[in-house]
Amino acid sequence: MKYDPGLYDYWPYQNRPKIVWPGGKKVAFWVAPNIEFYELNPPANPQRKSWPRPYPDITPYSYRDHGNRVGHWRLMDMMDEFGVRGSISLSVAMCQHHPEIIEACAARKWEFFSHGIYNTRYIYGMDRDQEQAILTDSIKTVEAATGQRIRGYLAPALTHTEDTIDLLAENDFWYSCDLFQDDQPQPLKTKSGKKLISMPYSLEVNDHYAFNVYGQSARQYADLLKRQFDTLLEEGAESGTVMCIPLHAYLIGRAHRMGPFREVLDYITGHKDDVWVTTAVEIADFYLNHCYDEALKSIEALQKEAS
Amino acid sequence: MSLPEDYLKYPHRSHGMDHDLYPWSNLFNRPTVHWPGDKSVALWITVALEYFPLTPNDGPFRAPGHMVTPYPDYRTYTTRDYGNRVGVFRIMKVLDTLGIKASAPMSAKIAERYPALLKAVQDRDWEIIAHGVDMNHIHYGGMDETVEAQQIDDTQVMLEKHTGAKPAGWFSPARSESENTLRLLAEHGIDYVCDWVNDDMPYDMDTGAGSITAMPHTMELDDRQLMVTLGQNEETYQEQILAAFDLLRTEGKSHGGRILHLSLTPYVIGQPFRIWALKQVLESIMASNDVWSATPSEILKVWRGE
Repeated sequence: MKYDPGLYDYWPYQNRPKIVWPGGKKVAFWVAPNIEFYELNPPANPQRKSWPRPYPDITPYSYRDHGNRVGHWRLMDMMDEFGVRGSISLSVAMCQHHPEIIEACAARKWEFFSHGIYNTRYIYGMDRDQEQAILTDSIKTVEAATGQRIRGYLAPALTHTEDTIDLLAENDFWYSCDLFQDDQPQPLKTKSGKKLISMPYSLEVNDHYAFNVYGQSARQYADLLKRQFDTLLEEGAESGTVMCIPLHAYLIGRAHRMGPFREVLDYITGHKDDVWVTTAVEIADFYLNHCYDEALKSIEALQKEAS
Repeated sequence: MSLPEDYLKYPHRSHGMDHDLYPWSNLFNRPTVHWPGDKSVALWITVALEYFPLTPNDGPFRAPGHMVTPYPDYRTYTTRDYGNRVGVFRIMKVLDTLGIKASAPMSAKIAERYPALLKAVQDRDWEIIAHGVDMNHIHYGGMDETVEAQQIDDTQVMLEKHTGAKPAGWFSPARSESENTLRLLAEHGIDYVCDWVNDDMPYDMDTGAGSITAMPHTMELDDRQLMVTLGQNEETYQEQILAAFDLLRTEGKSHGGRILHLSLTPYVIGQPFRIWALKQVLESIMASNDVWSATPSEILKVWRGE
């Protein structure tokens, strides 16, 4: 085991090369609906239990199923209203289980990225070939269902190995949402030397944390998101920032939460001159082509100075 | 290190669910429902009347709300008892004033032990929903099927003896089922079940021994979940109920009748410092004149087009 992940160098949030998003925008804003399938009776992973109670643990299972029956359709409608395309963190088995949802998202030109096969199949304990098989499956499954080549990854249930980041680069992924060290994208170190960036996703403003960890109401969550945006907008004048809202339809799509969330989309998309309403893959594409090299130079210069 | 080969095999990876209990369905593509009086929202209120014995009988887990300290846990026992002695009557007063008829998931032991409480429920014509023998008798995966069938039987016999009727509905203690529960419930003539939280409207389940309807007995606006588990205050509780009502009302107009379910726990919302919040929020909902206060059997009758 490593004392430090070794995936990036320390790079303070000051004096970085200035990022200016397309159109001179200050904040790149993207929304990440997690569209997940949880199995009622998944095989056991030695390092993590899927459900607290013995099979069938119907309460947490059905709680999540609500998203695919009810919440997703509410959320998608609302995003349509504000012209926000989602970047979907996808349990790729959804392409088999609920193609109706996949088709509706593909028709809206939403982006898909891999969130594993099921959110009840964890990566802990996999060897390199097994983890490669998950990536191959993800790429092929989404390509077959939508024609899209996925470029992003968020490990299922945030379960990783030491190989995860290297494998993403080797498989021509552009970005990983797995690391939470920054509010701007940045280069990651890969054994292959292939370019891969870290994409700000944020657990702190994830609806799961807001509602079920911190116990916030929808109103409190909406206020939090607006404040998050205000700060990132202010800082974005100095150098472009990224704001992601990671969501779960089974949480945000509940009747009592949609109203306050609507105000958030209204508020953020209302800052037309300053916000780039986009998808993760578009941010990654822009960053790799316009910001990556300069960022790397700045990081390397800092390392040289330190040594 | 590697995982067993089966860990990367997906035997249920095909269209629909990963089990045969119900088909997938999009809420917004279903036939619309029209509630009596053309109201947008059916208001379904449940008041949980649960008996927690002082001697918890531990299975694989303990029902939420059950004893916490070493025996004898007087603090928890009496706090739960407070709900059945005091809190529930405060709730009744609020509902009576507003002309709201609730339904009560009831431990069979409540009917046996507290005839005065049962009478108060029956005087108000509330619908009684079978809620197991008591909070010791949970149903869980891997339990012996004959033991479970006996628990269901005991619940029904006890409730029928004291209430005069077999309840049409079932709500499992601790919202927990075994792999046999739904089938056993259907075999025992149960019409609807309140355990599943995956929908905002009723839907039919296939038990293997006939159909049973899932009623949307939600956790979302449950007083215990919001104010005890998540530690929210009364104002936040109210605000969320009203926000849900607003959205369901809007959908009720565009997509057919919706259901607002509120799960009340007498030892939570029935506290003197909380009861005002219920009164105020229900006054506001009733003032809309766009709700139909109904029991599950009444809701299902309309939903089924009977």
